[in-house]
Order: sequence, then structure tokens, then C-alpha cells
Amino acid sequence: MVFVTLIIGISAVLSWFLGRYMTYIMDSSEQGTWQSYLKQFAVFNVIMFAVSFAVLAFQQYLPLNPDSKGALTADLIFNTAASFTTNTNLQHYSGEVSMSYFSQLFALMWLQFVSAATGIAVLTAIARGLGGKGFGNFYKDMMRATFYILLPVSFVVAVMLIFTGVPMTFGGAVEAHTLEGALQSISRGPAAAFIAIKQLGSNGGGFFGPNSAHPFENPNFWSNIIESMSIIIIPMSCVWMFGRLTGKMRHAAVIFGVMLLLLVMKLSFAAYFESAPTGALAGLDVQTSSNLEGKELRLGKSAAPLWAVLTTSTSNGSVNNMHDSLNPLTGLVPLTGMWLNETFGGVGVGMINMLIYILTGVFICGMMVGRTPEYLGRKVETQEMKLVLLALLVHPLCILGGTALFTIMPWGAETVHNAGAHGFTEILYEFTSASANNGSGFEGLGDNTPAWNIATGIVMLLSRYVPIVLPLMAAGSLAAKRISPDTSGTLHTDTVLFGAVILGSIIFIGALLFMPVAVLGPVSEYMAGALK
Amino acid sequence: MKSDIIQGVKAAFMTMAVCCVLYTGAVYAVGFLAKDKAEGSLIYKDGRVVGSRLIAQNFKGERYFHPRPSSVDYNAAGAGGSNLSPYSKEIRERAEKIIAENGSGLPADMVTASGSGLDPHISLDSAVFQAERVAKARNTDKNGLIALINSHADGNLKIVNVLELNIALDGME
Repeated sequence: MVFVTLIIGISAVLSWFLGRYMTYIMDSSEQGTWQSYLKQFAVFNVIMFAVSFAVLAFQQYLPLNPDSKGALTADLIFNTAASFTTNTNLQHYSGEVSMSYFSQLFALMWLQFVSAATGIAVLTAIARGLGGKGFGNFYKDMMRATFYILLPVSFVVAVMLIFTGVPMTFGGAVEAHTLEGALQSISRGPAAAFIAIKQLGSNGGGFFGPNSAHPFENPNFWSNIIESMSIIIIPMSCVWMFGRLTGKMRHAAVIFGVMLLLLVMKLSFAAYFESAPTGALAGLDVQTSSNLEGKELRLGKSAAPLWAVLTTSTSNGSVNNMHDSLNPLTGLVPLTGMWLNETFGGVGVGMINMLIYILTGVFICGMMVGRTPEYLGRKVETQEMKLVLLALLVHPLCILGGTALFTIMPWGAETVHNAGAHGFTEILYEFTSASANNGSGFEGLGDNTPAWNIATGIVMLLSRYVPIVLPLMAAGSLAAKRISPDTSGTLHTDTVLFGAVILGSIIFIGALLFMPVAVLGPVSEYMAGALK
Repeated sequence: MKSDIIQGVKAAFMTMAVCCVLYTGAVYAVGFLAKDKAEGSLIYKDGRVVGSRLIAQNFKGERYFHPRPSSVDYNAAGAGGSNLSPYSKEIRERAEKIIAENGSGLPADMVTASGSGLDPHISLDSAVFQAERVAKARNTDKNGLIALINSHADGNLKIVNVLELNIALDGME
């Protein structure tokens, strides 16, 4: 637990400085309307999708393919291109089995940079608009975020990872002759460069199938600490950047506090539930220990619950243990993280998700005291609330609708790996992860089927773009209003009381939407398994 | 619209050139400072690759220390975990089988599959537990083996690298 506290604490301190640097990089007084910004954003995202689709579709003809990886199916290409364009990195393939080095680098890693930069860019534009400046130019923002923020930090992390033992080679798989005379083929690759941006850009798509549980992706205790911090650092910095760009640092501090509190609550739950032994071993003559199924010994005891919480708080989606094998109630914690999706959240977009909750909270408060609600001095009215609530509801709609459909239909029901409530949780987790643009999975699910590829592909696209576009429109509409003077009746957004309101909104909205499925999945599995 | 697309393609080209070519090249170049690690921490013996110190191998014989169970049969070209629920029957059956082969009182890491199926380590307790079998098969002193285990153990995490331990074991003779 000492290391857990240190990882969170050091990341929080570093984020203050990185947030200042990011503001320095992203701040500009460029003019531009939200409409022109949106248009550039849309065009570039279509290009991202098209280019990655083409690279994946022709990988068998392209260079850097020492292990001769073959063609991928059309539905898998669609799913993968959608997945990496939307910063989700849900993987229905296994990297070392299916992808050439060229695909990994020029389709997937490229998108890991630019999709993360896209998130930072849009957050910057919204913050600028709310702060009373022009919305700016998307391309300039996206390139600044890529070249001056993501690239240098990734380079530093990649170099550190090489020295912990992560491979960085273009040589293909190596044939080993074991001491017992057997042959073992060991896949390698240019992994260090890939993993750095995977962790930093809340991407999460692994170079190898088991992600950061694979010894080449996460070779020891120290690489695990570097990678854990890399998950959370930029999402944390985004909150400070938002505060600086809008000129409301105290407000940002309140938001940061709410997020940190949620994070610590989830961490405590996960660490507690995962310290229980593997249920299946009850009564057998083995030494008692915490649940080790799906875990790697070199990463240390608290590494798995910490990572499971960080990766689902931030829409990262990398894993250092198999979430499918987490104890049932521990498995509920990552699910909760993705349902709420704004405990720091994805790079840039996490803060945008938080804005959705903030505006909802402000609106509810305004209704309670009978005044027109205000945010950052601007009146929040019907027009904005329509956009915000629609953005808020896409997420549960995709998750609950998708889960219901796939639980009933054979394309979902026949792909589960575990029986009963756990199988239901596999389906629920997959849609939750797709909709939260997270990308982790209960990987037992046989998800490389046309039905899963198409359904989750569509969910990822919807739940990436709707909650970016609508808040941008709402910010545009707010920015056009005059700033109303502060009076004694104004709801101040930089107080502890406001923090409590936001925390309450998040928890109540989340519980109302997702409590029933939580009971059907993880809770009932716990009941059936533990209470005998 | 046409100018928009041209602007987008230009941006895509520039970011791709920098992120995929320059960045990858720079990291690759740094890799030469730690060539052994960058190539996958391979272990050579008589000019042949024996394995990677980071990747578990399937040791079955009595004469060697065994790694943790792997649900992908130690396939280092297609790794993965069991993805079984911790309450599943399969985990229990696997554990019962291993207990039948090895005796009771096993450390839990010997009956649970790792996340990657390639966990190169076992717990110190597992190594000590296996020392008796190995000592018997090799007709050697158990205390000597325990000393060997301790000299290869990571003291903080209480774990031992199986492949390195087995290579050292062969070196003893």
C-alpha cells in the first residue's frame, strides 16, 4: 500500500507541473468558431479512420512483416480501425498473432498519438471558448499536443522502459531450444515505443495479447510503477490545464479533489476485495494467499487492483492482470470506473465528460433554488441542457441496450467463456468498455465474431463522437452569452459544497443507471460463489 | 471542402512521419545502449538461444524446477490467461490435479495460472517446496539446492526466476 500511495501522490504532484507546461503549449489567442473547429475535427477523424483501415487491410503486402502475418477479416479491420481512431483500443485480435510490425506502428501507434492529441485539442478548445477567447484551430492544437506534449513524454517513458527490459527490435520471433530439448517460438517486436504512448495517451491497446501482463510489456516491479504512473499523469494534468485556460484554478482544484476522492474510494474497495483468496480453491490443501489467478508475481501484491482501478478510471484499458479472473466484487470496481468514466477520465475527454456532470449538477442546483443556473458566469439554459443530457444518456443507452440484446441473442450468449452470472458480466463488460472508450475486457469472451466486431465498432464510434461534439456545441452556445455579474445568489463553483454537489450527482446518476446490471452480474456471482 | 481534405492529409502525413518514423527510430537507436534487453533478454548457451529470461518455459521433468501453470501451454507466440472466473470449476479441477501430482500444502501460485501464461517467476515458497523433488531426481543435497534458490531469489518480492534457476542447476554438475 505504500507504493500505491506513492504512485498516486507523485503523479498528482507531477500533474501540477505538467498541467502548467501543457497550458503553456496549448494556450493561444487564435480566433476561430466552434463550427470551423468541429469541421476540421471531423475531417481529420475520417482521415484517421480511412488511413488505418487501409494499412490494416493491406498489411500482407506492406513491409516490416518478418513473421509473415496474413490478411485480417473485414469486420475485424472495421472494429480495429474504429477502436484505435476513437482512442478505445478494444482489441479483438492478439497483437503477436495477427499484426505485422508495420500495422502496429503505422496504423495503431500513429492513432494512439493523434487520437489522444485529438482529446487534448477539443478540451483546449472548449476551455478557451468558456474562458472567453476564440475556439482556435484544430490542426494547430492537435499538432501541438502531439509534438510538444505526447512525443517528448513518450520518448522519456519508452527509454526508461527499454532499460527495465521491454524489447525494441525489428527482428522477428526467435526460436529457442529449451533445456529439456523442446522448441519455443518467442514473439518480439518494437514494443517499447508502442507501450509508452499506449499508457500515456489513455489508449491501452497492447503490443502483445495479454497487454501489460505480458513479461515483455511489463518486465518487472519498476516498469509496472512507470507504466502505472503513465496511465494517470496526463488525465490529471488535463484538469489543471482546464483550470488555467479558463482562469478558474480554484474550480479546477475542487474538480481534482472530487476525482481524487472517487479514485481513492475505488482503490480501497479493489484492494480489499482482491486480497481474498481464489474462491475455487476453498477447502483445498494449498497455502492461503490473495487471488493469484490471472496475476503476475513480479509486479507485486497491490499491482493488480491498483492498475485495474487506474486503467478504468481513465479510459486507458491496458491491463496487468486478467480482469476476467478478478474476484467478482473486485470486478465491479473497473465496471464502476467505466460507467462513471470521469475519474480523471481519458486524455482530454475525461475532463469533457466531467463537464457534462458539472453542467447537470449546476442545473439541478439551479432548479432547487429556483434560479437560472450559471456556469463560469454564463447562464445555462434549455438549449445547453438538451445537448448535455443527450451526451450523458448515450453512454448508458449503448451499454444497457447492447448488453440486453447480446444476452438474448445467440451471437452474444454463445460467445461467453464462463457460465451463469459471470458470463453475463463478460457481455456487460464488453459493451461497457466499448462505450467508455476504454478497451479492457473480460477477455474470455470470444469476441472476434462479425456480430461483436460490428456492434462494438458502432458503439465505440457513437460514444466517442457524441460526447465530444455535443459538449463542444454546448460550449459554443455558452460562449456566445454575456457574462452575468456575480451576486449573492450565484452558485459558486469553487467551494467544497459545490464539490459535494458534483460528487452527489455523479454517484446518484451512476447508481440509478447501473445498479440493476451490477446486481445481475458481479453481485449475484459473489452471492452464488461465496455464500455456500 | 477540397482544401479541408488536403489540410487533413497533410497533417496526417506530418504526424505519421514524426510519430512513426522519427520517434520509433529514436527509441530504436536508444535500444542499442541496452542491446541485450532490447532484443528480448535472450539467454544463449553454446551459441544457441535457450530462452528469454522474461518468458516462462514448460519444464516437465523431475530434474528441473517447474513454472506456474499456463493456460496457453507456454506459447510465447500467442500468450494469454485462463480468463476463468475465480469461482470456476475448471480452476478447482486443475488445482486438484496439481495437488495430486505434487502433494499437499502447495503455495497458491503453483495452482493458479498467470495472466500472460508466461510468468517467468515462481514464489520463493514454491521453489523451496520443489527442492525436495529436484534433489531426489538429481541425487543431490536439498540444502545445497535451497542455498542456490536463495542466491537467485528476489528478496523483496520473494520470487525466483525459473529459467535462470534451472540453468544454474545444470551448471552445478
